[in-house]
Amino acid sequence: MTILVYLIPIALLLGGLGLAAFLWSLKSGQYEDLDGAASRILIDEDDRPA
Amino acid sequence: MSCCAPTEIISDLERAEHAGPSPEEMLLASRAVGNGLRQSDLAVPGIHCGACIQKIESALSRLDGVENARVNLSTRRVSVRWHEERMPPIVPAIEGLGYETHLFDPDAGTKDQTLAELIRALGISGFASANVMLLSVSVWSGAEGSTRDLFHWISALIAIPALAFAGRIFFRSAWNGLKHGRMNMDVPISLGILLAYGMSIYGTIHHGQHAYFDASVTLLFFLLIGRTLDHVMRERAREAVKGLARLAARGAMVLRPDGSRDYLPVEEIEPEMRILLAAGERVPVDASVEDGASDLDCSLVSGESEPQRVTPGAVIRAGTLNLTGPLTIRALAAAKDSFFAEMVRMMEAAEGGRNVYRRIADRASALYSPVVHLTAFLTFLGWVTLSGDFHRAITIAISVLIITCPCALALAVPIVQVVAARRLFESGIMVKDGSAMERLAIIDTVVFDKTGTLTVGTPRLVDPGAVNPKALGIAAAMAAHSRHPLSKALAQTGAAAPGLALAEVRELPGYGIEAQARGDLYRLGRADWALADGEASSEAGTVLAKNGKLLAQFTFEDRLRDGAGDTVRQLAAKGLKMEVLSGDRPAAVARLSRTLGIEAFRAGVLPGDKAGRVAELAAEGRKVLMVGDGLNDAPALVAAHVSMAPATAADVGRNAADFVFLRESLAAVPLALRISRDSGRLIRQNLAIAGIYNVIAVPIAIMGYVTPLVAALSMSLSSVLVVSNALRLKGAEKSAAKAEREEGGARHAMGTMEPAK
Repeated sequence: MTILVYLIPIALLLGGLGLAAFLWSLKSGQYEDLDGAASRILIDEDDRPA
Repeated sequence: MSCCAPTEIISDLERAEHAGPSPEEMLLASRAVGNGLRQSDLAVPGIHCGACIQKIESALSRLDGVENARVNLSTRRVSVRWHEERMPPIVPAIEGLGYETHLFDPDAGTKDQTLAELIRALGISGFASANVMLLSVSVWSGAEGSTRDLFHWISALIAIPALAFAGRIFFRSAWNGLKHGRMNMDVPISLGILLAYGMSIYGTIHHGQHAYFDASVTLLFFLLIGRTLDHVMRERAREAVKGLARLAARGAMVLRPDGSRDYLPVEEIEPEMRILLAAGERVPVDASVEDGASDLDCSLVSGESEPQRVTPGAVIRAGTLNLTGPLTIRALAAAKDSFFAEMVRMMEAAEGGRNVYRRIADRASALYSPVVHLTAFLTFLGWVTLSGDFHRAITIAISVLIITCPCALALAVPIVQVVAARRLFESGIMVKDGSAMERLAIIDTVVFDKTGTLTVGTPRLVDPGAVNPKALGIAAAMAAHSRHPLSKALAQTGAAAPGLALAEVRELPGYGIEAQARGDLYRLGRADWALADGEASSEAGTVLAKNGKLLAQFTFEDRLRDGAGDTVRQLAAKGLKMEVLSGDRPAAVARLSRTLGIEAFRAGVLPGDKAGRVAELAAEGRKVLMVGDGLNDAPALVAAHVSMAPATAADVGRNAADFVFLRESLAAVPLALRISRDSGRLIRQNLAIAGIYNVIAVPIAIMGYVTPLVAALSMSLSSVLVVSNALRLKGAEKSAAKAEREEGGARHAMGTMEPAK
């Protein structure tokens, strides 16, 4: 059962990372325009190499 | 880009009406963001794909003075940051691309704090419930002794932030309810969660077998999903209404005594100030005309469908639209004492007189909570007397509270309303409040306003076929030079008829239009002005004259809103009483009521009397739905049990109404009624399901057989049942044939609006 000493912290850490990433994305306004984000990937920007 | 050409749907005539905001208004509606930059927010309802984003953003970024431009596709808005000293022509640039656009208030652009809090809470409780559940499953599958204790302690730790962040939302609302002596659904929820947590901690300390950490956090998670969806739906509806074009004046050009001109916001206008009012602007405050002549469109203010002619000395009310000529007016009152403010006061009075409606969920929880808490208490007493084991009695009593913790009950009402609001949203109907649907479901009387509600508020030429096509062509060519509503109707109808090369076209505000062609003088307008003296007496209305001789006479009527007839028939078939209340002349109201088959009508009604009539109906015990659009309808909208307004309504009316429909058709009224009644039925079914669940679960809990596993299973199952029942709600029927017909009809109507090129 000693394996739990490693496994549980790892599981919680990974879950916590996911939660932190979600909160960060929320704070940086990535959910402000979901429809726009879906469409913007289709826009060709003029940034091709010279 | 063929998919993005909203230009097609706006004819030149229509566009002339949307004269963009002046630079002064742009400045007034923008806000400073530091570093000499200002930000303007504009609504662009026509944006609908990636190409639109690119077109608008690249066009705006190319303008001199624009720092950056960002399109938001979800809200159909553009925010532009520009340098203070160089104001770029933003609106003309967007309109040049073929999109309709308008400014909206800077305070409307603030971020939604509640939503951010809800989503943060959702994330945290989701994380907590997933991890606690993982540990709980290990316990259920046979973790023993110290391992079980360890798992319980970790669960307790994970649950703390979930209770703190996510639980706070419920605790706060429960506390507010209790403080005001009211019982709401959040009281039993908070009690259940806290007791479950507390008892689990106690059990864990004493190396107990069962802990309910998973129950308390998953409960929070489920309930938050419902609450967040509810909030998102309502906020979307509110935003959509906020994004509509503002109809009231934002500011006005004030003429100082020294001859200088200043653009002042409406709030800063004081009595005795002289204001220059261009054609196409709305009157900012109550005023009297000093100089100039024009026609005023009063439909939004008084409900009169025909434009009023004004000359120096006339007193005009705030909110009316100046149609034809520039005016110099003198303010009689500040904005806060103007007609508009009078309406706001009447609305407040009406609000106070209205019965407070108690929501179904609150009524259910007022019944439910005492029963549940009493049952738990009796269970405790029973077990103490029977077994004498104090600890065991408390454990079982709390498990009764947990199992009855109204997960299904708390979801039963909001989830149906979320689905219903979504269905209404798809049909262009915005509902601002869940209780509005509950109130709409029980109405028995519908009161309509006439101008702008049953009718579109724009006149139409009666029987154009009877008019000589040549005369119609001449009249249309002349009318194209004016923004008077009758002229616009003429220009639209006669656009296809052969025109005439006109010279020296002049508009005489209050009279009509005059033009020269091949040496003849043509006049279109009031009969007593256009015709030579001899003929004037017998003729009335609008005429076209050539050198003082009558060529043609035109009669106009206000066009009925699409689907008005069907709506009245459908509502009558449902047994609802209907009434028309209008500020317009009796003859016009009577004719319209007869056409639609509504027997009861009142004409020439003042705003206060409209609200009074609605209150009178309410006193008779009737539940009134008020449908209206004007400023003068606003008090009645508030006084009514529930209210609806079209998107073209005055700003106050739109904000006061519970429902706002964005499409032209009046079919929104029976559709909203049908969906509200269906959702009322589903809510009752859901409450019954939650009740049956309790009837089964409570005896098991009282017997003391509820383990955390049973609690988790039964709670999830009942919630899923309630949610899937809510999803059965049907929206507007969408058969392919019907959609196609509507499309074709719309195109046809637009075709006739195209002016001759």
